[in-house]
Amino acid sequence: MAILTYREALNRAMVEEMEKDPLIYLMGEEVGHYQGAYKVSQGMLDRFGEERVIDTPISENGFAGIGVGSAMVGLRPIIEFMTWNFSLVAIDQIINSAAKMNYMSGGQFPMPIVFRGAGGAGGRLGAQHSQAFESWYAHCPGLKVVCPATPKDAYGLLKSSIRDNNPTIFIESEVLYGSKGEVPEQEYTIPLGLGEIKRKGTDITLVTWSRALGFAEEAAAILEKEGISVEIVDLRSLRPLDENLIYESVKKTNRALVVEEGWPVAGFGAQIAYLIQKNAFAYLDHPVERVTQMDVPMSYAANLERMSLPNATRVADTIREMLQ
Amino acid sequence: MAKIQEMTQLSPTMEEGTIVKWLKKEGDSVSPGDIIAEVETDKAVMEMEAFESGVLLKILHTEGAKLKVGQALAVIGKPGEDVSSLIADLPKPTPNQTKMEGTPQTESDPQTAKPATQEPVATTIPKKDTNAIPSPQTKPTSINSVTEVNSANRGGLRVLASPLAKSIAIEQGIDLHTVIGTGPEGRITKKDVLDTLNQGSGNSRSTGVAATRSDEVVTLNGMRKTIAKRLTESKQNLPHFYLNVDVSAKAMESFRTELLEFQKHLDPELQVKVSLNDIVVKATAAALRFHPKVNASFQGDSILQFGRVDVGIAVSLDGGLLTPVIRNADKKSILEISKEVKELAKRARERKLKPEEFSGGTFTISNLGMYGISRFTAIINEPESGILAVGSVEDKPVVENGAVVAGRVLSLTLSCDHRVIDGAVGAEFLRTLKSLLEQPSLMAGVV
Repeated sequence: MAILTYREALNRAMVEEMEKDPLIYLMGEEVGHYQGAYKVSQGMLDRFGEERVIDTPISENGFAGIGVGSAMVGLRPIIEFMTWNFSLVAIDQIINSAAKMNYMSGGQFPMPIVFRGAGGAGGRLGAQHSQAFESWYAHCPGLKVVCPATPKDAYGLLKSSIRDNNPTIFIESEVLYGSKGEVPEQEYTIPLGLGEIKRKGTDITLVTWSRALGFAEEAAAILEKEGISVEIVDLRSLRPLDENLIYESVKKTNRALVVEEGWPVAGFGAQIAYLIQKNAFAYLDHPVERVTQMDVPMSYAANLERMSLPNATRVADTIREMLQ
Repeated sequence: MAKIQEMTQLSPTMEEGTIVKWLKKEGDSVSPGDIIAEVETDKAVMEMEAFESGVLLKILHTEGAKLKVGQALAVIGKPGEDVSSLIADLPKPTPNQTKMEGTPQTESDPQTAKPATQEPVATTIPKKDTNAIPSPQTKPTSINSVTEVNSANRGGLRVLASPLAKSIAIEQGIDLHTVIGTGPEGRITKKDVLDTLNQGSGNSRSTGVAATRSDEVVTLNGMRKTIAKRLTESKQNLPHFYLNVDVSAKAMESFRTELLEFQKHLDPELQVKVSLNDIVVKATAAALRFHPKVNASFQGDSILQFGRVDVGIAVSLDGGLLTPVIRNADKKSILEISKEVKELAKRARERKLKPEEFSGGTFTISNLGMYGISRFTAIINEPESGILAVGSVEDKPVVENGAVVAGRVLSLTLSCDHRVIDGAVGAEFLRTLKSLLEQPSLMAGVV
């Protein structure tokens, strides 16, 4: 078992897949000579050359569009957005072309493309560069949405995303790139749509993904000392969604809390809360609750950013209230 | 063409009505104005008239059913007319309405599946192994039916319980009415149901002392609900303050004796047994005429000073109270007032008052003197701004001209809505009232 950082795990997944399949290429701003804005593509230019690791100008709409077109003619692009905030420039390519192409062509144009990059708040980047957009993309049928929280998951999920013949929105958390974790030496994949119980518990089900898993685990550790046992369900991907894993857990604990980094209104947590009350209604002993980012643009100030984001204290307080 | 007869609003505050009695049966001919049923509203038992002429083809709800205003009650049409499609198009009954045999069952729709056959029982036999948490195997449809079963038993009062608590209650045969909820807003949770199960009593906060009698759950009737709602709103929203004054009742008592004496030679039909309260009503009405600021109502952005003096009298009934109103009490004689109070109180106790007879007052009087209460404070009857709480006349030492003498003292407490009545305004009103009560002959002169 090797200890890798989140960025190294992503790098290893891309390198392994590109070595196997010559149709795969990586394209985006600073992916080549600069070794990646967040150093995820470290060493890849040297290894694969400029034909397969392509630096682009600042032109998201352009290179995302080129990626979609190249996928239509049989290549398997990995499109890196420096951050998902910049994907908005390319959102027409993603929503109107990538997500629809397979469907509107009656299956003649599969879309084996991965859009990946840093998502969520990175720390003092201001309102325009600190947004968690997974709910936006999960809203659109035709896209798969993947949000890994650990190096191990990042590796296994990215490999599955690259191999998938559908457009995949692969959102990496900006603050997790340097986080370390065990990654098996042996090659493996994690199927999309398979969540994981990250912590076993009996009193409440905490549903989460990506960076918010950290808040959840921290809160669970605090509460354990108080005799409260929290079960943590890491969804790992929002589309497809491992619904049954959620229900099985809720049936055991009778309470559910969704913790997500994004905003509350129409956030993906609302969809989960709806699904739980619909499909596990008879097992609920308390309304489903949510902890989200505050419903405001992200502040630039570090202290206000901390107050805006969910954190372990807010999660723990909510759980205590729910268990009163 | 058959028509649906709906539950109509029979009083201004009525939100739902309970069918007390059907006076017509299916097949009877009816015409507009015919009384077809008696309906209990939040205030009284009222008569429901037919709006259409024809034959009462279908009664949709049995006696005891509780219906929201506007809900279908019956179908009236031509003899022999087929009304099944008309009935089928009606909105589906919600779980807390009693279903009738013969109403089309929408079996295909799981949401309105039949109620669970297992009737919850009020007293539960404690199970031996209650540490094992029952896992509900029931489909959500039976969750709906727990309310249905409960309601059928209890007159449709909704119990606040988590879905899980409901399914365990069904499984264990526990009547949720016997469980005390400790969750948010008093919601019954799994723990509460299991606690009840463990104790075999309806109280999860057992003191360990054997109860002298088992707990009883009294379902709220319409009146109780209205009292709870309106008085809570009043006490929470109106800034109440209280002014208390002691009145010497000696003059009132002799005045009453004189009034009774005076009537003795009259036709017995005309004689009225005047009470002290009747004198208080008259004096209050007179004082209100002189103090329009007290005879007023807060209207949000203005204050309405009533041009009329309509005094409500709180009358206690079995299970509640009503305030029949003496219209233009300032213009009526004490004998007239006395007669009217007696007649209204009698009909109030028989639940025969019409809504217009117990609403629309401008001020209220509440008297607990007959219970030996010396003084108390009353809650203002919105939208009014004042209420007078009248105690009993008591023997008390009072000081007159520097000497302590035996007095007859009546204690009055005025509750005021401070948004409308300031302390000084209320005090002036009480001064007038006190003068009129201590010198009743003034009333003949000033009003």
